[in-house]
Amino acid sequence: MTILLIYIAIFIGAFLVVKFITSRLEQRHDFTSLKTVTFGDESAVTANRTASVISIVAIFLIWGAFTGSKLTPIHAPGPYQGKGQFDYVVEGPDGQRDTASVFWQVEDKKGAAEDLEIAEGDGFALNDAINIIKYRSGQLRWDGNDAVSRKDGARIVEVDGQATDFDPNQRDADGNLVQDRPRFRIDNGSVTMTDKGALLITPYQGWQMEPIWLPSPEAVWSRIVEIASEGYQNNTLLQHLGWSLFRVVAGFFFGALIGIPLGYAMGLSDWFRGWFDPIVEFMRPVPPLALIPLVIIWAGIGEVGKVILLFLAALWIMTIAARAGVSGVNITKVHAAYSLGASRWQIMRHVIVPNSLPEIFTGARVAMGVCWGTVVAAELVAAEKGAGMMIMVASKFQLTDIVIMGIILIGIIGYGIDILMRRAERWLVPWKGRS
Amino acid sequence: MSGLVLDAISMRFDLPNGDHVQALKNVSLDIKTGELMSVLGPSGCGKTTLLNIIAGFLAPTEGAVTLNGHLVTGPHQERGMVFQKGALFEWMNVRENVAFGPRMNGVPKSESAGKVDHLLEVVGLHDFKEKAIYELSGGMQQRVALARCLANEPDVILMDEPLGALDALTREKMQGLVLKLWKETGKTIILITHSVEEALLLGERLIVMAPRPGRIHKEYNLPFAEMGVGADLREVKHHAEYALTREEILNMIWDMEEEIMGRTEGAA
Ligand SMILES: Nc1ncnc2c1ncn2[C@@H]1O[C@H](COP(=O)(O)OP(=O)(O)OP(=O)(O)O)[C@@H](O)[C@H]1O
Ligand SMILES: [Mg+2]
Repeated sequence: MTILLIYIAIFIGAFLVVKFITSRLEQRHDFTSLKTVTFGDESAVTANRTASVISIVAIFLIWGAFTGSKLTPIHAPGPYQGKGQFDYVVEGPDGQRDTASVFWQVEDKKGAAEDLEIAEGDGFALNDAINIIKYRSGQLRWDGNDAVSRKDGARIVEVDGQATDFDPNQRDADGNLVQDRPRFRIDNGSVTMTDKGALLITPYQGWQMEPIWLPSPEAVWSRIVEIASEGYQNNTLLQHLGWSLFRVVAGFFFGALIGIPLGYAMGLSDWFRGWFDPIVEFMRPVPPLALIPLVIIWAGIGEVGKVILLFLAALWIMTIAARAGVSGVNITKVHAAYSLGASRWQIMRHVIVPNSLPEIFTGARVAMGVCWGTVVAAELVAAEKGAGMMIMVASKFQLTDIVIMGIILIGIIGYGIDILMRRAERWLVPWKGRS
Repeated sequence: MSGLVLDAISMRFDLPNGDHVQALKNVSLDIKTGELMSVLGPSGCGKTTLLNIIAGFLAPTEGAVTLNGHLVTGPHQERGMVFQKGALFEWMNVRENVAFGPRMNGVPKSESAGKVDHLLEVVGLHDFKEKAIYELSGGMQQRVALARCLANEPDVILMDEPLGALDALTREKMQGLVLKLWKETGKTIILITHSVEEALLLGERLIVMAPRPGRIHKEYNLPFAEMGVGADLREVKHHAEYALTREEILNMIWDMEEEIMGRTEGAA
């Protein structure tokens, strides 16, 4: 929630700052800047590059700030690291009171810090010392070293000057507590009491995320470097990604190989259309993910199963695109070609096929995106290698940095595929949308 | 037998709801080789249907079309067609579009290249040979369509409102071009138009059609096409007879439109 607010603040702040600077710096006089109507004129809206850059930087800044990254100059407050001390007052079974101190310190992981050396103190309640692991709470059985114990009826009546009448021995018939458990403030943290009257010390946690939830950017980066060179689960990073890509390309290739001619046949012959319409219309709304279990049953988790799945994912999309491409041909073009002496085959080759290319490219872009998503999902379910499998295995071992690395790489590759398809489209069908 | 003969053509469209439209009824025409004929008529009187039948895209329900003695049964390169718009191939450049007909008919590139170049010269697009279709203006695109049709050396050129989508000035220039091509090539040309002025200029013979059922209402033989070849078309329009005929035809079509409106209003 706080993060969202911060993000919105950065969005608005950057907008105001950039608009202010650009309005000062440059007075553009190109065509767009002279348009008086820009709201609602989509062609006047181009992505503001500065905004894109700031957007990416902002995400990394927030990510770094909340994970204690060394790369970012500012940080959200981190967890308290260091020592602390508070006093508590014990009331013995006989009603006598004695004060003792608790000395605590935060350690990075279990056994990282040496035990604190403390003076025992006096009275029947002795001082205690405890090490608490970062981001965790420490439970202190304060009576462990005292002359009186909870079993005897001794209880804490005051922590750092904050009194309480909580008595863990007061229970109802079901054995539940009658009173609410108290909570005390101490320097750099808080203390609560457990059901049994022990002290639960929680040092100040801060706003940052634990690495196990969200590792810092540099941790993810060093994971990328490490896995790129050493590999993970018997395969290098490139092999994992390469296998995923290979499956997508192979599945898409076969899908297009069958789907495009099928789509043409459906656009040109009533028999084909009648025969395949029910099948295509039925398969179209079935998400490829729903086919994963069946494909695994039939073909196993090996390459064949994956390629079949992606083939099925691409097939219907390409069929429908090719069919739409044929139906979309302007009848005057066909008429013109006939009266110029073209045969049926020539019309197919020189009019219908080129005319359907824009539609087919649109379909191919969609199919590639769907295939990429499907392959990752299929690898999440079952695979021996691949980007999705890497994430899945890492998540089982709570290696969040690998999971995040995988997600980032999957996103980058998916984006890259789409950019490549768009390039190819502009190169191969430059007339798209211009007739 | 030479020339284009339409023998008692009738065309009936059966509609899915059981109704039918009598688009053409008993249309007979004898068009000599090299004739320039324009066709006028209110919207929906069957002009496009007639042209599609001649082109071979539609088979008439009754009657027959013969060209130079043989029966027309389907589209053929002997009858070229120029459409109002949208018939050029965007995936080819200007030159490839013009060379399409010869290429489809197996003429080697080396043979057709000269003719294609010449035609592009004639329609004034020599400098735009390698341009893509979508880079051309509407008028240029229609000139490409004309050149593409001519490259096949058809006996008959059919034009369905070929200049309908152009602005007045471009249109006038294109009218001059059509006349020039007609005179130079000696082709039979049938041209459908909505503009009375254009029909007068581009028709040695002018046919006015009437709707419901589509039929030939009146026929004119006019001198303006001959006068217009190589001349200033605006001069021709100042001819006294031109203005008279124009008024006469305008009134005629106006009356037909009135009648249609009246009939539909009466029916409603
Ligand atoms: N495929 C078809 N199916 C049913 N009716 C048709 C079909 N084609 C044309 N018609 C009908 O035939 C009549 C003649 O149509 P046509 O297109 O030939 O008219 P037109 O004179 O070319 O009109 P316009 O000047 O508007 O182009 C119209 O009433 C039209 O509704
Ligand atoms: Mg028409």
